Amino acid sequence: MKEKINEMKKEEVQIKEMKKEEVQIKENKKEEFKSEGKLLVQNKTVVVPGQVLAEGFDFLPSYGTYRKGDKILANKLGLINLEGKVIKTIPMAGRYLPKKYDVIIAKVIDVGMNAWRLNINSAYNAMLISKEVGNTGGGYNSYPQKGNLSKIYKLGEYIFCKITNVSGQNLVDLSTNGPGLRKLYNGRILYVNTHKVPRIIGKKGSMVNMIKNATGAKLVVGQNGVVWIQCEPKMEAIAVKAIRKIEAESHIPGLTGRVKEFLEKETGNKITEETNEHSEEHKQSN
Amino acid sequence: MTYKNRLDGRKNNETRQIIAKAGVIKKADGSAYFKIGKTWAYAAVYGPRELHPRFMQNPNKGIIRYSYIMMPFSGMGERIRPGPNRRAKEISMVSQKALNSVVNLEDYPNTVVDVVVELAQADAGSRCAGICAASIALADAGIPMKDMVAAVAAGIVDNTVCLDLDYEEEHYPEFAKEKVDSEHVADIPVACIPSTGEITLLQMDGIIDSTQLIDAVKLAKEKCAEIAEIQRQAVRARYEGDKK
Repeated sequence: MKEKINEMKKEEVQIKEMKKEEVQIKENKKEEFKSEGKLLVQNKTVVVPGQVLAEGFDFLPSYGTYRKGDKILANKLGLINLEGKVIKTIPMAGRYLPKKYDVIIAKVIDVGMNAWRLNINSAYNAMLISKEVGNTGGGYNSYPQKGNLSKIYKLGEYIFCKITNVSGQNLVDLSTNGPGLRKLYNGRILYVNTHKVPRIIGKKGSMVNMIKNATGAKLVVGQNGVVWIQCEPKMEAIAVKAIRKIEAESHIPGLTGRVKEFLEKETGNKITEETNEHSEEHKQSN
Repeated sequence: MTYKNRLDGRKNNETRQIIAKAGVIKKADGSAYFKIGKTWAYAAVYGPRELHPRFMQNPNKGIIRYSYIMMPFSGMGERIRPGPNRRAKEISMVSQKALNSVVNLEDYPNTVVDVVVELAQADAGSRCAGICAASIALADAGIPMKDMVAAVAAGIVDNTVCLDLDYEEEHYPEFAKEKVDSEHVADIPVACIPSTGEITLLQMDGIIDSTQLIDAVKLAKEKCAEIAEIQRQAVRARYEGDKK
């Protein structure tokens, strides 16, 4: 019996020692991780694929980056964005990838029996079925379920619509049923870089409203990089130039000031800040 | 006589002068030129866009379609018939495979990215220049890719391992100023991913012994890392130029 008890005690001691060792190893590892961790790029700079962004395990890779060994590398061309420990890139180029609830401008490229096929300036075409058509201006119950769909949207027309669903294989469904969604008559269509759209719109639509007020243009900006402008010819040219300027210089700080300066110089009118009533009107109409 | 002084006065591990620039074709989604000596490659990238014919579509991911074309006036005298010939088709195929392993098009099923490479001048090493230009253009188009693909040729001229042979060196016995020891010339285009060191293209033309082959590939791989940095700088310069 005594022998057995002694053996048991020995085992216990062994197990305790093992556990101690494990704890020590873990602590050592933690120290190793702490000592490394180095950021190799500054915030808001342009990075290109294959560029090493950070070393060590202090940072986490997010969109547009990936981890390889103890390094974080860029996956895409973009501006670097640091949020605490998370490194991600904001893309600067590339095609539009359809996303649910995006509001876009689409072009009719085919009319079927009960649906339209539309080009959404992306790698994929979208479908708009006749059920999803909102008020077409004909009053109560004006959308026909059957018959010639060309009566509503003809080939080559542009529609301001929203994405209701995107499948795993990127099949896109559209709808024109919603406030402000409609067919776009006349005007001019511009194609801009999709990733610059948030800058063209600005915070709560500030940039778009500035262009609208300065030039008196009607402007609709789709998330897919299609812009519709309706305006008198002279002012239209200025609005187009302003949009192109935003597109080209959006990654350089101080954009709003420069665009304001540009618009004042071109139109010859001072831009005042008291334009909130006007902007609210536009928000409702869009 | 061994081959000590190269015909154009370069060192053995030196390439011709490289000039790279991104964003040279406005209509394309991404574009670039890559000039290495007298070999000029222009690349344009279109897409991702819908792929026809439909049987080529891959429902798992997007694919790359690479086209290598030499311009009619690009050769060493004789007019090159325009359009794809057997040589161009083969080079298109291997170049496409060289780029396939870096791009990640899983977000774009059933689509294609068209890469069009045209050579305005060709003075040997054109497939390498094409791959370099194409990978700058792909990055410029915002295609997700884990790294640049850099490519350069290495080989032997008169029993000496050299980097980036030009046309005269590839036909050394014709152009040699001194007596030639061995008539053999070998040319080995190498494309590699610098961050992992993986080789994505390796071809060979000529006769070379095994130790020299290893030396040549090693030399080319080392240079690829430097070329990749030039490529990245080319993409970056497009946005940093107007920042001052």
